[in-house]
Amino acid sequence: MTADASTDPSTDPSTDPSTDAAVDPSTDAAVESRRRVVHAPLRPPWSEQGLLEVFRHRYILTLLVRREISARYQGSALGLVWSYVNPLTQFFIYYFVMGILFGRANRTEDFAIHVFTGLIIVHFFTETMSAGTRSIVRNKSLVQKMAVPREMFPVASMLVSLFHVVPQLVILLIATLIAGWQPDPMGMVYAVIGLLISMTLGTALALMFSAANVFLRDVSNAVNVLSNFVRFGVPMMYPYALVAARFRGHTDLYLLNPMVEAVLAFQRAFWIGATSNPARTAAIDMPPNLFWLSMRALLISVVILVFAQATFSRLEKRIPERLL
Amino acid sequence: MSKADRSIVVRHVSKTFTLRYHRTLKQMSVAMMRQQELSDSFLAVDDVSFAVHQGESIGLMGLNGSGKSTLLKMINGIMRPDSGKVLTRGRTAGLIATGAGFHPQLTGRDNVYLNAAILGMTEAETRRKFDDIVEFADIGKFLDSPVGHYSSGMFARLGFAVAIHVDADIFLADEVLAVGDRPFRRKCMAKMQEIRNSGTTLFYVSHAAASVRKMCDRVLVLEKGRLAYDGPVDEGIKFLHYDEDDEENPLDTEEEIDEEIGADI
Repeated sequence: MTADASTDPSTDPSTDPSTDAAVDPSTDAAVESRRRVVHAPLRPPWSEQGLLEVFRHRYILTLLVRREISARYQGSALGLVWSYVNPLTQFFIYYFVMGILFGRANRTEDFAIHVFTGLIIVHFFTETMSAGTRSIVRNKSLVQKMAVPREMFPVASMLVSLFHVVPQLVILLIATLIAGWQPDPMGMVYAVIGLLISMTLGTALALMFSAANVFLRDVSNAVNVLSNFVRFGVPMMYPYALVAARFRGHTDLYLLNPMVEAVLAFQRAFWIGATSNPARTAAIDMPPNLFWLSMRALLISVVILVFAQATFSRLEKRIPERLL
Repeated sequence: MSKADRSIVVRHVSKTFTLRYHRTLKQMSVAMMRQQELSDSFLAVDDVSFAVHQGESIGLMGLNGSGKSTLLKMINGIMRPDSGKVLTRGRTAGLIATGAGFHPQLTGRDNVYLNAAILGMTEAETRRKFDDIVEFADIGKFLDSPVGHYSSGMFARLGFAVAIHVDADIFLADEVLAVGDRPFRRKCMAKMQEIRNSGTTLFYVSHAAASVRKMCDRVLVLEKGRLAYDGPVDEGIKFLHYDEDDEENPLDTEEEIDEEIGADI
């Protein structure tokens, strides 16, 4: 809040309600006798909003994330396993259709790892986006009753999705090590960049769509459509080399999508090193200036996040009364 | 009393709600062709001003739909006024959020921690008060089973028990005493008295004239969103004509107060 909102009302006598006169003096004494003086300042009761504020409420954020994780699969026999069934089935479908039916597996080395690295990033991103979009509406009983930054809910969705990335990464590591992967420090930098891009962009879209979804439930349907575009718009089930060959010299537009760089960076980290000749694979299947492209993608994501926060703050004030 | 010990200041506060008649494009275009209104606004709270001193106990009364809950939500910081200012001093807690965020699949124990956090308690504070909360809720061996299996009374009791154990400087209560059976209601009233006697500012919304008389030092009456009365309790109850039953059949004993609270919604 601004400083002016937290000023003591005693400095502002002109607008002061003159209710003192209405108080019965006989009750005054009774109230006086049990007064406990609170030294906290007078300030607006609502919680300050904003993403940074979310991290000041870490304790409740952890509890929300933990609740989400443990409640999601309770009562189902396979439990947490379900969160792997979805990406794994997607993986087998893509591998079968693209790799075997379209013959990609013969032409792209370690195609299975290529698909799986992309899938981890894409699945994390689409999960963040779709769960985040629904997060405020789904938690309406909380939103209507507690004064915490409402950015909390989309952020919690992102963290829940991030939690599910960990075991997928373990599976990926085992697969790459079997394929003869040589870890390199630069690759790890790329892994972090790839994850950061998808976290930032996912949070940004989750923020924006979660608030919009309160006003118009069509948003969650539109997000499903968008997820489909993301799945096909990144070099996951096809290698980047195909795009480069088809749109020779005109890949700028394709590369403007930050998720493309996120996937490429992740593949640079885990897939390139597993192929028989990493330098050659990188030359064919990666854009030449991947590092700067990734930095640009990260910057684009941050700009979108700032914009999303501004949109959210504008919509947020009317959220409690629009949640039915 | 001086201005420095004010606990709640509400200054020229208004809140408007937009009522949407039509949601889909089809409905909207049909309405547009018939030249009907697409939306309407509704003034829920209209230029309300008052100040509450520390340790005061306020009864907020008014008919259904007079804006009591909206006002309470603004004091609690859930809603923001369209115009005017709301200022509070210290931590606000209350019985508006009882059971908020209870997840039916989690156990009572997990839900106590989550609910306490939602109400602003830290982990250490919750741990310290955990036994008191459980004892107050009195749900026995159900503590470790999912709250989805609870009876509605048990669910409400657990929510109430958490909310009432938050150390607050301002305590808000919104017509919640109707939950639970009579012994539990009586326990709640006793606990509210205890909170009041400890010097916490109390803001109590109720239709039950007897309990307001028992708990409050001052009454505010809302009428269609406007503050219609602000002053001593008995006159306030008269103002609302809630005392008419009393004259024939005065409610003074504990039992009757209990009955009345139970019947007030």
